[in-house]
Amino acid sequence: MTSTETTLNNETNGFQNSGLSSKLRRIAGMRETGLILIILALFVVMSFASPYFLTWVNMRAMTMAFAVEGIIVVGMTILLISGGIDLSVGSVVTFAMVLAGWLFLNGVDPWLASAIAIAACAGIGMAMGYCVTRIGLHHFIVSLAFMVIARGACLLITQGRPLGLYTLPEEFKFIGQGSLGVIPFVIIVFVVVVVAFDFLLRRSTVFRKVFYTGSNEKAAAYSGIRTKKVIFLSTVLCSTLCGVGGVIYMARFASAPPTFGLGMELNVIAAAVIGGASLQGGTGTIFGAILGAVLLSVVTSSLALLDVSVYWQDIIRGSILLAAVSFDHYLNKKKN
Amino acid sequence: MSSQTVLQISKISKSFGATQALNEVDFELRTGEIHALAGENGAGKSTLMNIIDGIHQPDSGDIYINGEKVMISSPAEAQKMGIGFVHQEIALCPDITVAENIFMAQTNASTSFLMNYSDLDRRARDVFAQLSPIDPGTLVKHLSISNQQLVEIAKALTLDCRILILDEPTAALTETEAQVLFRIMKSLAASGISIIYISHRMVEIFDNCDRVSVFRDGEHIVTNNVSDITPDDVVNSMVGRVIDELYPPKQTTAEQSGEVILKVENFSEKTRFRDVSFEVYRGEILGISGLIGAGRSEIAKGICGLEGDVTGDVWLEGQPLTVSSYRDCIDRGVVYLSEDRKGDGVFLDLSIASNVSALSVEQVSTRLGIVDAGLETGQARSLGERLNLKYGDIAHPVSSLSGGNQQKVAIAKMLSVNPRLIFLDEPTRGVDVGAKSEIHRILRDLARDGVGIIVISSELPELIGLCDRVLVIREGIISGEASGETMTEENIMHLASIAQHDVIAGQAEQGTRP
Repeated sequence: MTSTETTLNNETNGFQNSGLSSKLRRIAGMRETGLILIILALFVVMSFASPYFLTWVNMRAMTMAFAVEGIIVVGMTILLISGGIDLSVGSVVTFAMVLAGWLFLNGVDPWLASAIAIAACAGIGMAMGYCVTRIGLHHFIVSLAFMVIARGACLLITQGRPLGLYTLPEEFKFIGQGSLGVIPFVIIVFVVVVVAFDFLLRRSTVFRKVFYTGSNEKAAAYSGIRTKKVIFLSTVLCSTLCGVGGVIYMARFASAPPTFGLGMELNVIAAAVIGGASLQGGTGTIFGAILGAVLLSVVTSSLALLDVSVYWQDIIRGSILLAAVSFDHYLNKKKN
Repeated sequence: MSSQTVLQISKISKSFGATQALNEVDFELRTGEIHALAGENGAGKSTLMNIIDGIHQPDSGDIYINGEKVMISSPAEAQKMGIGFVHQEIALCPDITVAENIFMAQTNASTSFLMNYSDLDRRARDVFAQLSPIDPGTLVKHLSISNQQLVEIAKALTLDCRILILDEPTAALTETEAQVLFRIMKSLAASGISIIYISHRMVEIFDNCDRVSVFRDGEHIVTNNVSDITPDDVVNSMVGRVIDELYPPKQTTAEQSGEVILKVENFSEKTRFRDVSFEVYRGEILGISGLIGAGRSEIAKGICGLEGDVTGDVWLEGQPLTVSSYRDCIDRGVVYLSEDRKGDGVFLDLSIASNVSALSVEQVSTRLGIVDAGLETGQARSLGERLNLKYGDIAHPVSSLSGGNQQKVAIAKMLSVNPRLIFLDEPTRGVDVGAKSEIHRILRDLARDGVGIIVISSELPELIGLCDRVLVIREGIISGEASGETMTEENIMHLASIAQHDVIAGQAEQGTRP
């Protein structure tokens, strides 16, 4: 008996002693830390390579470039954590723009039109959630179908032509074009959404259930969690955030082209996955996903500043995604 | 030990379709005892436990807890009554911390908006103080299987249970880890919790339990204090069954060729098995027995290059058999029939013909690599005829066939490459009696024709009836061989479970046992 007890005590002491250092090690091992370091390194290199890089104008432009998409990244990350995926985000964003724009052109108050458009996107999310949780179809197929359907609806509403919305009232355009002091309103919205959801995902009991469901649906169900409801609501949330994003885009561009946002889903999924979300569900953070989006945006901007041909950019972004995912896989294998 | 009855099962019966899983079973559990359940697979142990946990409802009979008659309609209700069930397979969220996993049900029921991680962490530490020094902040996926098992147990303990059911909890544990678990079980029992402990391993039962109940064919055979009986008594009552199936005649002495088809020497895998050495002779059927998880299938898959990080030497008909993938193995004429027919034995959605040709589509293709449908169906027809396969149309999907005929398709697939050696893993699982004896006959014919046959089976009567020789695997090593008169269920069971005594005696100086 005695030898066993000694070993146990030793191990217990080991934990207490290593409390602080294990915390540090945990922070060092986090995906976010690695991403921040890479982004900082890019900043340093780029600030030497291009005098234009570290200017307020360029920073502002870069942030604007991913701010609205960042809101959609939030929805996608939550959905990925729950074990789902949504290929329809680009189409649904555009659907919100087009629907709100069309309603406005037909005399509806732009605020009301926006609310209707966001509600319609939530409706799309409900339809997808229904197909997944009630009929039992896979998220991939369902969202693929809705990607095509929503895009078709955009073309139908606009008859294939961009809607010009120059007549939108100034106070509405403010959402997309205005600034509070020197900070664009879009960026403020983006930061608020990100901080709020990051906090909720880390701390609220409601969002923890998303992690449980995505990590092992059966185990979650055995603990009494209504996993179907969790999946349904995650799907609806993602589409709703797409609606919000669409309305902001509309205010920003004062137009609604039906071909907007093509390929956006890949960017958004790539950002979330680079930030640590897994396609198997159960893992991911909003902060990490946003860092993923930042990284992709910084790389794009750097390549442009370095006069790298635009045709190279997709190849490089794809390679970054592949490298990030392979690296993660390698680390996980090592840990096990 | 108090002798108060906490759980009383009275005349419980349960059938699934035509199968009588439990037949008027009585069972009694006393406060603070560790009560072992023993019996072969399918003896009814799991069904009874599932009834106690509310997963199944009995057809008839009553359950009493503390003398009060109860209806247990769901696992949630069982939890409320203080029944905790640690299932054999682990159901945890791998990406979530230990602490959160343990209190998942409470989190779900919680009305507070924010998570209180420090509280979860503190409470988890309290639970583990009596269990094991697992850091509650670790993610479950970073724990060893045995520690995951402990998390499952901790989860059950937080439900404040009075009755704890453990279904083969040591299957995934190492010897030392198992000893820790037993120590915990004893301290729980001392604090008044009653434990039902399901295990196939006699040593564990006799070293750690107070009483043992034996089940066989859906009936409760006997309950004894472990101090009053021997492991052999238990094994005898577990297998006290007559072999009533007809098997094809075995190899006669005159037929023994002494010619070695397969020779395996010091074959080891990192964790699954070690130092396995054996030979297969032409004309014989070699059986491999052992408890589930002992490493039987792993050895076969290792030889075939299907899985595992293996070392050691294998010779096929005197030539070294080195395989970097299963493809090499097939090309040398060594094939493996999976135990999981529906999972990886056949392609359920594909036609019978394309299933049969799957191991070597080249055989039925033209030189340009185009599949010749005529050749393909011809091959399937002739092999089908040889195996007496019953089918509507050779182009129908395999899913349209009965279990026995699906298995024949899987065997036809093996035969399509004219193999020299076949590993068959549970070849008659889920197969009806008629097809079963047909499969036995086919295997015997193949052996007579000079094909090496190795049958892995959990069914002892099948091994004894069919094979000429049986190797017994226990915890990754060959613990013995049975043939001729020594080939009895008692003997094989003994080799598979009891002989562990010697090993344990050797470890006694570690002082982990009382």
